[in-house]
Amino acid sequence: MKFNIKKIAPQLLTLLFVILIFGFFSYNAQLNMENRGIDFGYGFLSQESSFDVQFSLIEYDGSHSYFRAYLVGLLNTILVSVIGIILATVIGVIVGIARLSSNYLIKNTAAFYVEFFRNIPLLLQIFFWYFAALRALPLPQDTESIMGVFYLTIKGLFIPAFIWENFNIFLYSIIAAVVSIAVIKNYAKRKQENEGKQLPVFLISIGLLLILPLLSFLIGGVSLSFEIPVLKKLAKTSYIYEGGVGIPPELIALTLALSLYTATFIAECVRAGIQGVGKGQKEAAASIGLNPNQILKLVVMPQALRIIIPPTTNQYLNLTKNSSLAAAIAYPDLVLVFAGTALMQTGKAIEIVSITMLTYLSLSLSISVLMNWYNKKIAIKEK
Amino acid sequence: MFKIVKQLTSLVAVFAVLFAFTTETMAAKKSKTLKNTQKKDFVRCGVSQGLPGFSNADAAGNWTGVDVDVCRAVAAAVLGDASKVKFTPLSAKERFTALTSGEIDILSRNTTWTLSRDADIGLTFVGVNFYDGQGFMVRKNSGMNSVNDFKDGISACTNIGTTTELNMRDFFNSKGISYEPVAFEKADEVVAAYDAGRCDTYTTDKSGLAAQRTKMSNPDDHMVLPETISKEPLGPVVRQGDSVWEDIVRWSLNTMIEAEEYGITSANADMMKTSDNPAIKRLVGAEGELGAAFGLDNEWSLRIIKQVGNYGESYERNIAAPGILPDRGPNQLWTKGGILYVPPAR
Repeated sequence: MKFNIKKIAPQLLTLLFVILIFGFFSYNAQLNMENRGIDFGYGFLSQESSFDVQFSLIEYDGSHSYFRAYLVGLLNTILVSVIGIILATVIGVIVGIARLSSNYLIKNTAAFYVEFFRNIPLLLQIFFWYFAALRALPLPQDTESIMGVFYLTIKGLFIPAFIWENFNIFLYSIIAAVVSIAVIKNYAKRKQENEGKQLPVFLISIGLLLILPLLSFLIGGVSLSFEIPVLKKLAKTSYIYEGGVGIPPELIALTLALSLYTATFIAECVRAGIQGVGKGQKEAAASIGLNPNQILKLVVMPQALRIIIPPTTNQYLNLTKNSSLAAAIAYPDLVLVFAGTALMQTGKAIEIVSITMLTYLSLSLSISVLMNWYNKKIAIKEK
Repeated sequence: MFKIVKQLTSLVAVFAVLFAFTTETMAAKKSKTLKNTQKKDFVRCGVSQGLPGFSNADAAGNWTGVDVDVCRAVAAAVLGDASKVKFTPLSAKERFTALTSGEIDILSRNTTWTLSRDADIGLTFVGVNFYDGQGFMVRKNSGMNSVNDFKDGISACTNIGTTTELNMRDFFNSKGISYEPVAFEKADEVVAAYDAGRCDTYTTDKSGLAAQRTKMSNPDDHMVLPETISKEPLGPVVRQGDSVWEDIVRWSLNTMIEAEEYGITSANADMMKTSDNPAIKRLVGAEGELGAAFGLDNEWSLRIIKQVGNYGESYERNIAAPGILPDRGPNQLWTKGGILYVPPAR
C-alpha cells in the first residue's frame, strides 16, 4: 500500500487538535479548581448520603452511600423510560394505523392528536399533567374508590399489593408456558411448511398461559392475597392511604406526558412505514387469496417494520433523555437525585456531571444496540 | 500541498488564541474581581428566583430585598451607584456552580453557612445577614399545632439542594417518623404543589415560609408551626481566593449593621460627618482612611448608608413593612436583645 501523506496528514492533525483541545480544557479546569481549593476525586461515592428519596425501587435511605443514591436515580430513570417506551409504542402504533383509516372521524381524531401533542413543548405538557391534573384530583379522604380497591388521589394512585406465597413456583409455571409456546410455534411452522396445515397457535398459546399458572395455584401450593389500601388519618383534615402500593403522582404525570408526546412521533413513523410499502404488494397479496389480516401481518408489516424501526429508535432515545425533565416535578430520577441533590451536598460538580453524562450515554447506546439488533433481524435476508 | 499549508495556518491561529487564554487565567492579580467589576461598571450578583423580602423582582424587573441590598451596598461602595448591579436569578442547585465558575461575583441568596460549604467547595462566607431556622408550614384546618402532631406517612414538600433536605431527615429520624419527601427544583413549584394539597407540610427556612405564604392562593389558610428544627445563618458568599473582594463584601454588610447601631440612616448620614463620636465619623468617611485598604476612596461607606440605608432600614423596608416577619427576633441588634453583632469598623 502506498503511504499517502496528503491523505493521512489532515487526519493526524485533526486527531492532535482534538486531543489538545481536551487537554487544554482539563488543564484549565484543573488549574481553576486548584486556585479555588476544590479537590477532585470520586471518593465521595462511598460516603453516607444523609438525604432521603421519595420513591425508590431498591432499599434506600440517607444512611446509604452516594453510590446507592446514584443507583436509585438510575433505576427510577430506567423505570419511567421503560414504561414510557411501552406506552408510547402502543399508542403510537394504534394512532399511526388510525391515521390511515378510511373512517373520517377516526382519521381526523388521530391527525388532531398528533398535531396537537407534538407541537407543544414537552416541559409544558409535563407541568400540565402534573399541576393542572393534580389540582383536579381529590384529596385522599374525598376519593371514590375504583372497583373498591383502587384510589386515585392527589397524593398518588393507591393500588392493592400482591402478597404471594411460593411465588417462585408461579414464576416457573409462566416460564414453562412461554417455553412450550415457543416449541409449539416452531412445530406449527414446520407442519405448515411440510403439510400445509395450520394449527390454531394463538388459541393454544392463550390456553397454555392460563392453564399452567392455574395449575400452580391448584397443586403447586401458590397462593395470592391482596392487601387493599386503607385510609389513615394523619391530622384533622390530612389523610393518606396505608398498605397496598402507592404510585406517586409525579411518576404518573411524567409517564403520561412522555408517552403521549413521543407517541405522536412514533405514530408518524408507523404511518410512513405502512405508506412506504408499495400498493402493488397489497394487490398482489390479495390476488393470491390472502385475507386483509394476513396481508397486514405477512406482507405489509414485515416490509413496513424495516422503515419504521430506525426512526422509532430515535424516538426511544429521545424519550429516555427527555425523562430528565422529571426534576421539574419532583420525580426522583437520575438528574434530580444525583445531578441535583447529591451534587449540591457534595459540591463535586465535574465528577457528578461526568458520571451522569456517561450514564445517559450508556443508556442510549444500549437502546441503540438493542434496536439495531432487532433491525438486523427483520432486515431482508438475501439467500 | 497548498491546502495543507492553509489548514496548518488556521490550526496555528487557533492555538495562538488558546494560549492567550491560558496565560490570562494564570496571571494572578491582586483583586481581579474588583478590577473586573470596575471595568464592567456593574456588580454581578446571584439572587433567588423570587423570595419576597430577600430577593424578589417586581413586574418592572426591579429587585428588592435584604439579600439584594447587600449587592447594592457593594455596588455603592465600589462603583458609587447602588443601581449598578446585574442580578442573576439562580436555583438552589445552580448557585454554587455559578459562583465558582465565575458567572457571578457575589452570591446573596439566603444561603446557609455550613462547614462543608465553607471548607469543601471553594467558597467563602463573609458574614450573616439573616439568622434563620428551619420550620414547617401546615394548613390551619389540619389541626396540627406542633411538630409533635406529625404521624407516620406524612408527606413534606421542599426544595432540592438545600440544607433543608438534610435537616428534615435528621428531624424525622430522631422522632422515629416515616415520611415522604417530595423535593422540587424550584421554589415556585414547591409552593404550587403544597398549595394543591400534594403535601401535608411544607418545610424550609422560617423566613422562606413566611415569605412564600404570601404567594399561596389563600395565605390565611396556612400557618407556620412554632418549632425551629435547625439553625440557618444566611449570608452572602464569595469565591475563595480573592481576599480583597471578600473583605469588601464583608465590610459592606458590616457597615450597614454598624450604621444602625450608631443611629446613622440614609437621611442623616451627611449630617453625621460633624458628629462628636469618632466611630460615627469613621463610618461616614469624615475621619481615618478606611477605604484605602480595599483600594477604595474614603466615602465608600457613606455611599452605602446614603444609597441603601442601614440594616434596620433595609429590614423595615423589605421584610417588616410587607408583613412577612414584622418581629425581628434574633435579627435585632445586640444592644436591643438580638444577636446582630459585627466587629468594629476602625
